Amino acid sequence: MTDITTTNKGVNVTPKTSVTVLFAGDSGDGMQLTGTQFANTVAVYGSDLNTFPNFPSEIRAPAGTISGVSGFQMQFGSQSVYTPGAKFDVLIAMNAAALKANLNKLHHGGIIIADTDGFDDKNLRLSGYGEGNNPLEDGTVADYTVFSVPVVSLTRKALADTGLSVKNIDRCKNMFILGILYWLYSLPIDTTIKTLQTKFKNKADIAAANIKAVTAGYNFGDETDMFAQFGRFSVAPAGKQPGTYRRVTGNEAAAIGLAAASKKAGLKLFLGSYPITPATEILQTLANLKQWGVKTFQAEDEIAGVLSSIGASYGGALAATSTSGPGLALKSEALGLAVIMEIPLVVVNVQRGGPSTGLPTKPEQSDLFISMYGRHGEAPMPIISAHSPVDCFYAAYEAAKLSVEHMTPVICLTDGYLAFSSEPMLIPSPAELSEIKPVFAKPRAADDEPYLPYKRNNMGVRDWAVPGTKGLEHRIGGLEKANETGNVSHDPANHALMTKLRAEKVEKIADCIPLQTLDNGAEKGDLLVLGWGSTYGAIKIAVDRAIKAGHSVSHAHVRYLNPFPKNLGTMLGNYKKVLIPENNCGQLLMMIRDRFLIEPVAFNKVEGLPFNEMEIEAKITDIVKEL
Amino acid sequence: MTDTLTKLTAKDFTSNQEPKWCAGCGDHAVLQQLKSAMADLALKTEEVVVVSGIGCSSRLPYYVATYGIHGIHGRALPVASGLKAARPELSVWVATGDGDALSIGGNHYIHTIRRNPDLNVLLLNNEIYGLTKGQYSPTSKIGQRTVTSPNGVVDYPMNTVALTLGAGGTFVARVMDRDGKFMREIFKRAAEHRGTSLVEIYQNCPIFNDGAFTAFTDRERKADTTIYLEHGKPLIFGKESDKGIKLDGFTPVVVDLNDPKVSRDDLWIHDENDFIKANMLSRFFDDPDAEGDYLPRPFGIFYAEDRFTYEDALTAQVEKAQEDGEGTLESLLTGKSTWTIK
Ligand code: SF4
Repeated sequence: MTDITTTNKGVNVTPKTSVTVLFAGDSGDGMQLTGTQFANTVAVYGSDLNTFPNFPSEIRAPAGTISGVSGFQMQFGSQSVYTPGAKFDVLIAMNAAALKANLNKLHHGGIIIADTDGFDDKNLRLSGYGEGNNPLEDGTVADYTVFSVPVVSLTRKALADTGLSVKNIDRCKNMFILGILYWLYSLPIDTTIKTLQTKFKNKADIAAANIKAVTAGYNFGDETDMFAQFGRFSVAPAGKQPGTYRRVTGNEAAAIGLAAASKKAGLKLFLGSYPITPATEILQTLANLKQWGVKTFQAEDEIAGVLSSIGASYGGALAATSTSGPGLALKSEALGLAVIMEIPLVVVNVQRGGPSTGLPTKPEQSDLFISMYGRHGEAPMPIISAHSPVDCFYAAYEAAKLSVEHMTPVICLTDGYLAFSSEPMLIPSPAELSEIKPVFAKPRAADDEPYLPYKRNNMGVRDWAVPGTKGLEHRIGGLEKANETGNVSHDPANHALMTKLRAEKVEKIADCIPLQTLDNGAEKGDLLVLGWGSTYGAIKIAVDRAIKAGHSVSHAHVRYLNPFPKNLGTMLGNYKKVLIPENNCGQLLMMIRDRFLIEPVAFNKVEGLPFNEMEIEAKITDIVKEL
Repeated sequence: MTDTLTKLTAKDFTSNQEPKWCAGCGDHAVLQQLKSAMADLALKTEEVVVVSGIGCSSRLPYYVATYGIHGIHGRALPVASGLKAARPELSVWVATGDGDALSIGGNHYIHTIRRNPDLNVLLLNNEIYGLTKGQYSPTSKIGQRTVTSPNGVVDYPMNTVALTLGAGGTFVARVMDRDGKFMREIFKRAAEHRGTSLVEIYQNCPIFNDGAFTAFTDRERKADTTIYLEHGKPLIFGKESDKGIKLDGFTPVVVDLNDPKVSRDDLWIHDENDFIKANMLSRFFDDPDAEGDYLPRPFGIFYAEDRFTYEDALTAQVEKAQEDGEGTLESLLTGKSTWTIK
C-alpha cells in the first residue's frame, strides 16, 4: 500500500472557521457516499458539521443531464455549525451538468475542483453547455479558483496494477477526489481507510483499490504544483463537549427517539406507517430495530397506518405513525378517533411543500394549521416541533412521553430539511433521558366497584386499561361517551362536558412543559425574532450577527406549539416588535395573533427552500432601522 | 374467585348495554350465537377484543362483555391488525358489514385477507345500508330499488366469498342468520382457524331490505336453493336429498339422483382444502329468483388453508433479531458508528 507523501511540506496553510462544500455529480457517481465519507472524517477530527443531500427528484434521471445531478452539501467549522451553509466555498463538479446546476451558489472566488473527464463533448452536450463550449476553458469560471483534474484518467493510472476491471477502477474515482480534499483541508485519511476496510471486509481487493485511490488523490494534492502554489487550509476542531458522538439525520433521530422512549417507558414500540417522502426513513430505520423489540407494520395506506397504531395502542404498545402532509390529511379522521378514545399515539409529520403532491422533496412549515385545526369536531392535540436534526430525537422522545403520560395523540412536527440533514449527536446516557411513566389501570376482582374507563386524575388523564387485564373489560370508540363510564351517550350536557374535559386535558400539559426560554439576546428589547422548527439555524446566526452589530434583538424558538408555554405571552410583551420568519404564509403568526392579540411582523418564504441567515439578517436590519 | 375454573356461559359474555337494533333484525341472532360460541370455546372475557367499524352490525362490540373498540367507518380491520400484531395472544374478533368492509373499507379488506392475521371476521351482509336508512350497498342486487337507486341498482354486486378467495383468504365461510346452531359451529371453526377467518353472514334487515334472502330461507324453497358444504361429503341437496352436483369437465351440473344412470360415486366431494374447487363453489352465485336454471347457493366452509399468520411471522423476526438478547437502551442510543471527543 502506498503511503501519503509530504512533498510540499512548506506549503502555506490558512486557518478557516468554517467551510461549505458541495459534492456534485451524476446521481450514479456516488456523491452521497463520498460526502458522507468526508463528513465522517471531519466529525471524527472534531469539527462541528451539518450536512444536506440534494437528490434529483427522478429516481434514474438521464445520466449527464442537469436533472440527473445529485449533490451532498455540508458545512463544517471550528465553531458551532447550525446549517449546511447558504453558499459554497468549494464545489466538486464530477461533470459539466454538476457545474452548471450549482455554479450560481458558489461564493465569488470560491474553489472549483472539476473532473475534466466529465467535461467531454457528450457531457457538454447533455449538460446544455453545448459541444465545444467547455466552461472550464471559455471564461465561464474566470471568477473562481479552478482545479481541473482528469480524475478518471488519474485513478485508472494509479490503480492500473490492481488487476481490477476498468469498471471497478472507475468506481474508485470519488476516493481520488476525496483524497485531494483531505489534502486541501489538512485532514487525516485514516477514518476513510478504516471505513473502507470495514465496508469491504469480504472484498479485500476492492478495499485495497479504494484505499489506494484516496491515497493517490491525497498525494496528487501534495505533489502537484497548482495545489502547492495555492496552499492548504485547516479547520480546527470545534471544541465540542467531550463525549461519544454519532452522526444522525433528522429521520434517523426521530426513529431512535421513539424507540428510546419505548425502552424508557417499558413498552413495546409499534409503528404503523405507509412510505411517503420525506418521512419514509423513519419506517425504514425502525424496521431495522427489531432487536430492540420494535414492530413495524407497513400498511396498505396512510389510514391503515394510523389505525393499526391505534389498535396497538389500545393493546398497550407505544404506538406511532410517521407521515408527511398528504398522509396527515388522510389520517385526519383516525386522529379524531384517537382524541375521543383518549389513547396514546405519536404522529411524526415530516412536512413538505404542499398542497397536494406539491414539492415532495422540498421542506416547508405549512402543516402547522392542519396539525392544530385539521380535524373535524373539537379535537385538540398537543404539537411539539423539532428545530435541528438531533432535536428530532428529543422532540419525538418528548412527544411519546406527553402522549403516554397524558393519554392523548401528539403530533411531532419536523420537515424535509431536518429529515435529510445530519449533524453530530452527543449520545446521551440512558439516565439522562427523562422518565416516562405510563399509568395502567389495575386488575379488578368481581366484587370490586365496576371499572370506570373515563375516570380522570387531577391532570384530567384517564388510565390505560389494557386487554388481558381482568376486570377492566370495556368498550370504547368513536361515539361520544358518558363521563366516567364511557358508555355511549347522546346527552347534550354530557357532550359539552366531555368536549371541555378533552380540551382541558390538553391545556393542562402547559403545567408539565418547560417555560419558554430565550435562545439569545436580552430579556427586554426592540425586537424578538420568534421562530419554530427548522428555521432555527438561520435565525440563530442572523440574530447573533445583529446583536454583534449592536442591535437590540433577541431570539426565542417555540418548541411547544400546542399548548404554548405559559410565559410566552409575557415574553412577547417585552419587545417593541416581534418578527416571525416561517416557511409558510404565516401560520404561527396567526396562532400568536389569535392567542395574544399582538401584531407580529411576518416574514414568509414558500419556495421549497429553507431560509438562509442573510435573508433573516437583512429583515432584522430593516425592522430595527425603523424602530 | 372461581372464574378461572368455571367455564363461562353466554350470559357472562353479555354486557350491561341493551342492544339497540330493531326488533327482528338478524343482528340479534348473530350476537347470541357469538356469545355462545365464545363460551363454548372457553374464552375468558378479558382475553377477547371485539373490533368494529360503523354500521348497524358494528354496534356489536358494545353488547359483548369483553374488551371492544367501535372504530371508524370501514376501518375495523387495520385497528384489529395492529392490535393483533402488538398482542398476538389476544382473541380478536371483527364485526363488520357489507358497506363497512366491502365499500369504504375495501382496501383494508383485501390487504388484511392477504396478510392473514389471526382475526375472526364476521361480515354481516344485509345488502343494504341500514344505519343511514336504506341506501344500496356493494352487495345489493341489480335492479334493487332503494332511496338512492329509485330506478334500480346498476352497480354489479360484490361476491364476498369470491373476493376473499381472490385476495388470498385462508378461511372462507358463509352462513345465514336463520341457521343459529350452524352459525355457532362455523364461528367456532373460524376461531380455531389460525389466520384471518371470514364468515359472511346473510343477515336480514327487516326495516330496509326485508326478505333479501328469502329465496334461501323460505321453508318451501330452501332445500332446492341452498346446499350445505360438509368436508369429505358429496354435494347433495333437495327436499328429498335427491339432487347432486357433479363436475362435467370444468362445469358443475345438477344431477337427479333418482336417475339410474347417475351414480353417487360421480358426485363432487367437498374438500375444504381444495382451492380451485373452492373458487368454483364461490361462483355458485345465481339468483334463484331470476329466470332460468340456477345452482344452489353454498353455505358452510368453502375453504380452509393452513398458512402462517402475519403476527407469527413478525414475532419470529423479532425473536430472531433478539437471538443474542434484546437490545438495550444504551446500545440503541449508541448505534453502530461513533467517535469520541475528549
Ligand atoms: S336497520 Fe336493519 S340492519 Fe339496522 S338494526 Fe334495523 S333491522 Fe337491523
